[in-house]
Amino acid sequence: MALLQISEPGMSPAPHQHKLAVGIDLGTTNSLVATVRSGMSTVLHDEHGHALLPSVVRYLENEIVVGHAAQAAQSQDPVNTIVSVKRFMGRALNDITDRAHIPYHFVENASSEGILELKTRAGLKSPVEISADILKALKIRAEKALGGELTGVVVTVPAYFDDAQRQATKDAARLAGLNVLRLLNEPTAAAVAYGLDNASEGVYVIYDLGGGTFDISILRLSKGIFEVLATNGDSALGGDDFDHRIYCWVLDQVRSKTADFKPLTEADTRLLLTKSRQAKEWLTDNHEANILCKLSNGALVDETLTVQQFVSLTENLVSKTLSPTRKAMRDAGLSMEDINGVVLVGGATRMPHIRHAVQAFFKQEPLTNLDPDKVVALGAAIQANVLVGNRSEEDLLLLDVTPLSLGLETMGGLVEKVIPRNSTLPIARAQDFTTYKDGQTAMAIHVVQGERELVADCRSLARFELRGIPPMAAGAARIRVTFQVDADGLLSVTAREQTSGVESNITVKPSYGLSEDQITTMLKDSFGAAESDKAARMLREATVDAQRLIEAIQAALAENGATLLAQDERDTIQAHLEALHTLCQGTDSQAIKHGTEALNHATENFAAKRMDASVQKALAGKNLDSLEL
Amino acid sequence: MAITLTETAAQRVEKFLANRGKGIGLRLGVKTTGCSGMAYTLEFVDDMLPEDSIFESYGVKVIVDPKSLVYIDGTELDFTKEGLNEGFKFNNPNVKDECGCGESFTV
Repeated sequence: MALLQISEPGMSPAPHQHKLAVGIDLGTTNSLVATVRSGMSTVLHDEHGHALLPSVVRYLENEIVVGHAAQAAQSQDPVNTIVSVKRFMGRALNDITDRAHIPYHFVENASSEGILELKTRAGLKSPVEISADILKALKIRAEKALGGELTGVVVTVPAYFDDAQRQATKDAARLAGLNVLRLLNEPTAAAVAYGLDNASEGVYVIYDLGGGTFDISILRLSKGIFEVLATNGDSALGGDDFDHRIYCWVLDQVRSKTADFKPLTEADTRLLLTKSRQAKEWLTDNHEANILCKLSNGALVDETLTVQQFVSLTENLVSKTLSPTRKAMRDAGLSMEDINGVVLVGGATRMPHIRHAVQAFFKQEPLTNLDPDKVVALGAAIQANVLVGNRSEEDLLLLDVTPLSLGLETMGGLVEKVIPRNSTLPIARAQDFTTYKDGQTAMAIHVVQGERELVADCRSLARFELRGIPPMAAGAARIRVTFQVDADGLLSVTAREQTSGVESNITVKPSYGLSEDQITTMLKDSFGAAESDKAARMLREATVDAQRLIEAIQAALAENGATLLAQDERDTIQAHLEALHTLCQGTDSQAIKHGTEALNHATENFAAKRMDASVQKALAGKNLDSLEL
Repeated sequence: MAITLTETAAQRVEKFLANRGKGIGLRLGVKTTGCSGMAYTLEFVDDMLPEDSIFESYGVKVIVDPKSLVYIDGTELDFTKEGLNEGFKFNNPNVKDECGCGESFTV
């Protein structure tokens, strides 16, 4: 017997046509999946009642372990147990600056430069594949809990994610066999979870300190519509950093007490980090935490950390969150009095000193009644439920913004911004450009993302060329470049020369997202098209030539074929004419060319006679003096 | 005859209604679209029609239109868990045959 859920009035699904939709919070530290059941957003638990799935993947010889079991193996198998993979999504090898502190073996992808992969015992794994393994685990959980296949999912991403990182997330979901309805900014999802769309008008701040990322978003609501006024953040700051501070402190204590302190093994590092995280969590409700463990060399660690010590150790991390907050406020052009509410998201916001800092900054008590770990997934589920079509009215439309400016390279390696940062999505913006040199017929378009003025300092997203610009004086061509960003925050760029209508476009999909096969297929396609395009063009040219000749000869024959040519000559020409005419109906451009040549050859004598005749006609009755030679 | 809810079902409905923030009660009904004749529908109620029948079970209003009532009169609605899945279940005494999935039935 199937289990039924309560639908909105008039929205009961037909049997076997339940549209199952879930929201997934693919987090740095933990991931969650939630759905809307009987109108209520709920997080789905696993068999053991856990809501959080640690975003940890362990690769064994023939098995992939995800979640708690993988996390438990972190200390004993750090190289093959990947944590916080989200930090590497859409990143190049040289983007990872703190590689020395990370136990993984990074490798540069052999086929695409800069793309990183991790060497595990199961082979090379890209961050996209590792994330897909986390998503697969959530997919299985959701399908068990909902009793059917998922129709669609909404996956959340930090507001600060650039196009490469967003595309990587989408690829990971696709690899996991999920149909992505939409990528949604995490803070926007949090606002939805709090039902802020039910409130009247207002401006809300979402302060999201997760495991590995910090995001601040300022949302304006009016008539149930969210508009993101500004986003800012730090994609390399989170709860993990607080753990790390404790870890460093413990290490210092141990070092100062031990005469010959030996460097830690990878397993010891993991163990101490885990103990540090536990201490941090303990300090949320307690005054002091004891860190007690035995290292692999037998040394005993036994340290007590007080709340005061912890606060002073991490004070500057807290203030590091406030500077992006100030920037976002400035971008939105708002002052403290304009803020109607502050929402806290992310497990790290449970730390009392964070709450105090936020409260002091905004001069009001933040909203905390939903579980800060679950808020984002709950909001994503609500959005997925709307997008999949389970609600008819009060559909909420979410407006997001571009996190970074999008532009293109102009002469001298400068960036011309086309879509400024914090523009609401979806958006299309056009800008006119012109040629640089006289007679220039092509233009290279280099799409970049970033706030800096020099191309070298921005992130390169794509390059393409506009060809076939009619030659004209420099500055005369009008090339309109249109940037379009869809609701997922993904970009497509079109360039069009206004006078000729020549057009070229690209959808920004960073190369790492393409598999080897896809690239090969694309190349083959372009080669295939080139061949057929070339053949079509040759045929068209040959036919046009042949037809022009046929028409000219027919006209000549009609004019003086009878007077100048003998019957057999006329018959030969006529035969060639008809042969060529038949060839023109076919598709063999070579044969048409030969036929044209043959007809040309057959009429050489006729052409000479016509020339003589016209000369004689022109000269008839004139003396030499009257000719102006 | 009447339509009833089990206590668990009533508690759930109450919770879902509170979460939704509006609605008079729960509407049970049938649609003639299933793979073996009829299919159950379960919806929140914002507007009642004059011909609707109202039943009350553990403080929850259950609303049924007259055309559906003949097929489901006597039904007890339960809320159960099956593994990780959970939801409402119709215990309908009128059913003669139902499809394998239990979503549709004939009387």
